[in-house]
Amino acid sequence: MSKKLLAGPYLIWMTGFIVIPLLLIVYYGLTDRTGAFTLANILSIATAEHAKALWLSLGLSLMSTVICLLLAYPLAMILRNRQMGQSSFIVFIFILPMWMNFLLRTLAWQTLLEKGGVINGILTALHLPNQNLINTPGAIILGMVYNFLPFMVLPIYNVLCKIDDNTINAARDLGANFAQTLWWIWFPLSVPGVISGITMVFVPSLTTFVISNLLGGSKILLIGNVIEQEFTKGSNWHMGSGLSLVLMAFILLSMALIAKYDKNGEGSTF
Amino acid sequence: MKKRTFALALAAVTAVSSLLTGCGGGTSESASAASEGSGELYVYNWGEYIDEDVITQFEDETGIKVIYDMFETNEEMYPVIEAGGVNYDVVCPSDYMIQKMIENGMLAELNFDNIPNIKEIDETYMEMSKAFDPDNKYSVPYCWGTVGILYNTKRLQELGVEPPTAWADLWDERLSGEILMQDSVRDAFMVALKKDGFSMNSVDENELQQAKQDLVDQKPLVQAYVIDQVRDKMIGGEAAVGVIYSGEMLYIQEEVANLGLDYTLEYVIPEEGTNLWLDSWVIPKNAKNKENAEKWIDFLCRPEIAKANFEYITYATPNKGAFDLLDEEIQNNKAVFPDIDSLKNSEVFQYLGDEADTLYNNLWKEVKSN
Amino acid sequence: MRRIKHLIRKIWQDCYLALIMIFLYAPIATMMVLSFNNSKSRTQWGGFTLKWYTQMFASRNIMDALYNTLLIAFLSALIATIIGTAAAIAINSMKQVPKTILMGITNIPMLNADIVTGISLMLAFIAFGISLGFKTVLISHITFNIPYVILSVMPKLKQTNRYTYEAAMDLGAGPVYAFFKVVFPDILPGVLSGFLMAFTMSLDDFIITHFTRGAGVNTLSTLIYSEVRRGIKPSMYALSTIIFASVLILLIISNFAPKKKQAN
Repeated sequence: MSKKLLAGPYLIWMTGFIVIPLLLIVYYGLTDRTGAFTLANILSIATAEHAKALWLSLGLSLMSTVICLLLAYPLAMILRNRQMGQSSFIVFIFILPMWMNFLLRTLAWQTLLEKGGVINGILTALHLPNQNLINTPGAIILGMVYNFLPFMVLPIYNVLCKIDDNTINAARDLGANFAQTLWWIWFPLSVPGVISGITMVFVPSLTTFVISNLLGGSKILLIGNVIEQEFTKGSNWHMGSGLSLVLMAFILLSMALIAKYDKNGEGSTF
Repeated sequence: MKKRTFALALAAVTAVSSLLTGCGGGTSESASAASEGSGELYVYNWGEYIDEDVITQFEDETGIKVIYDMFETNEEMYPVIEAGGVNYDVVCPSDYMIQKMIENGMLAELNFDNIPNIKEIDETYMEMSKAFDPDNKYSVPYCWGTVGILYNTKRLQELGVEPPTAWADLWDERLSGEILMQDSVRDAFMVALKKDGFSMNSVDENELQQAKQDLVDQKPLVQAYVIDQVRDKMIGGEAAVGVIYSGEMLYIQEEVANLGLDYTLEYVIPEEGTNLWLDSWVIPKNAKNKENAEKWIDFLCRPEIAKANFEYITYATPNKGAFDLLDEEIQNNKAVFPDIDSLKNSEVFQYLGDEADTLYNNLWKEVKSN
Repeated sequence: MRRIKHLIRKIWQDCYLALIMIFLYAPIATMMVLSFNNSKSRTQWGGFTLKWYTQMFASRNIMDALYNTLLIAFLSALIATIIGTAAAIAINSMKQVPKTILMGITNIPMLNADIVTGISLMLAFIAFGISLGFKTVLISHITFNIPYVILSVMPKLKQTNRYTYEAAMDLGAGPVYAFFKVVFPDILPGVLSGFLMAFTMSLDDFIITHFTRGAGVNTLSTLIYSEVRRGIKPSMYALSTIIFASVLILLIISNFAPKKKQAN
């Protein structure tokens, strides 16, 4: 019985700093400047600019999630098949970049991608035509993949590590080729890791405003930029909150969709 | 089970974290040891808009502890002051924002008895201030300048384009992907409005719609919308033309010379007229250390301090005393200190009211999402 | 034949690893090179210098921000670990329904966009008249850190055998004593990894700090963001290079140290 009391501080904390703040967002989102009830803030998602920003954000974040998954899965498999002592060092190597500030890392990409940047310098040295890399949707996707790749690699790696070698060997002995083992053994057993990886890449990509500013030259307006601007530049907190609610709904919806495929799930998505 | 997957991977980082916490604690103790004494001062200024030594000097001299904070745009600064989440004592907004703050009763009248050095400020700028602070009651000018076009002579030659003389030249299709525009609502609309021959303080819906359409048409030619990164990008030869604040010129010219680049960067004030801007110190009404704030303003008006500041930030100073202390070469640098007479078509931004603000913001969003 | 196939596969794998490494470390290498660049410009090389390193140690802004970043990361991780571990123990002993509700709340900050979490906290602080400053940043960091702790302690708790705890009590140990002697050692790896996770997350956070910070309270992230406007000072790159180098050295030492022990 006394054990349950241990949840006290947690309950108080989460009510004060998660539940109440969220209710405030709901309040702001459903009222206008005078405090009267309105749905205008939420419906403003239907305006051409906002809908386009949301659509673009969904597209870019989906793309970067898929790319992350395609890059991370083979990587996690390679890492898993290496000896343990060595691989813990390798895992480190993947976390290390996260200890550098993410704004600086993203800015460094500017230097790499710019017209007179490092990559174009190499291309020139090889007598290849220069490419226009910066300030494109591609640059934004690259920024997202770069920043969030570790969030995809690590959960998948951890799940793969738990797969028993004997399971794989048994499949081989029974005559399964590589593709079959991949499809029937690796994939199904790694679903939980994949799902938490997708969550941890998709959510921050969908809502970022920094990456699109720094690598997109502010030419590409994402939903995160719209919300940020409503709060910091346009100072219309009500519309910002309304749009936040819409964004929240979208995330919950996507996560619910993904969770449906999580067969051995425990009802939670992380 | 999957819940711990990500966390587990990080377990190995133990040793690393202990190192970081260890070294951080040591270095910072000395850094945060500031002088005790007659109170505090919360300063809210633009990023990199002061020589850090000046702050230290002020602290040593007065014993006031300065808590220094920075903002990126006027629009970002305003809600912070309005919400009152933090009580800043002295803030440095631009012209139109000062007007907005005055109209909304957010500023305190200055007590000029505490600011004797106000006499060092050139009368011209006190006159200019009247556009937004009619009785010179609330603000003391800090920096001023113009907005113009910076161009890369060599790059333009390669493209076969004549050097720009007017805002309209920024719609030249040959400059596709070579233009850097300002990433703030009023500055961007200023360019388009001035090009069309309207006032940059226009609230006329038709004029604004036309300006918006122009900006939309221009967007494919624009390489990026940036704020102060124009400077670094132009020095790096990233673009042929960029809209820039005049204060960056001195730094740019020095840097181009230092690097021995094979191109030069020139600055021109477009003939349609431009934005004449002024950043001034003001004291918010909810300031808790008003007298300290006035000491601060007075300190910054001191000619040698203003000169040190000018040399660091290179934005033109309205301080006559400091101007007289400068080298003749800099005094005659027209990019930094243009003749006021040559700016006859230019205007100072005014605050246009909440409704017009919303209109501008919405139109800007349309430009951006297009 | 089989060996060659194996070798080819290994080479292919090494290439892939190398490519990913280049992708991950190219920006960091760029940053390091820039920290020795005599010119402030990000795109022009102006000769070798160490001046940014001296400037970095002399800059009060940078040192304060570093101090704040580390202090907030450490304190928020510590407090979150205490609250989170206690909560995990409590939740683990609950029935299905309250358990589901509490885990649902735990998942909110993880699923919510950072920008929404940051803004909602800012609105709450302002609504309750809490002035923004160091403490609001700390509170926010603790808030988004707690779930990471709970999520890494819970699985460990599920693995522990509750009968050993009860056996300890039967043998006359008090509940607190029994907990620290029997349960705690079992869940310690989870607690530690939760702490580290929280520390890392706090260190790298920008968005939530951006909205909840007050006057004069800068972390490295917010300081850098305010510098983006006028161009990043290369002393920032210098600082990052130092952090990177020290983490890397430590990493290498800790990687080789255990091997020696085994040899002995």
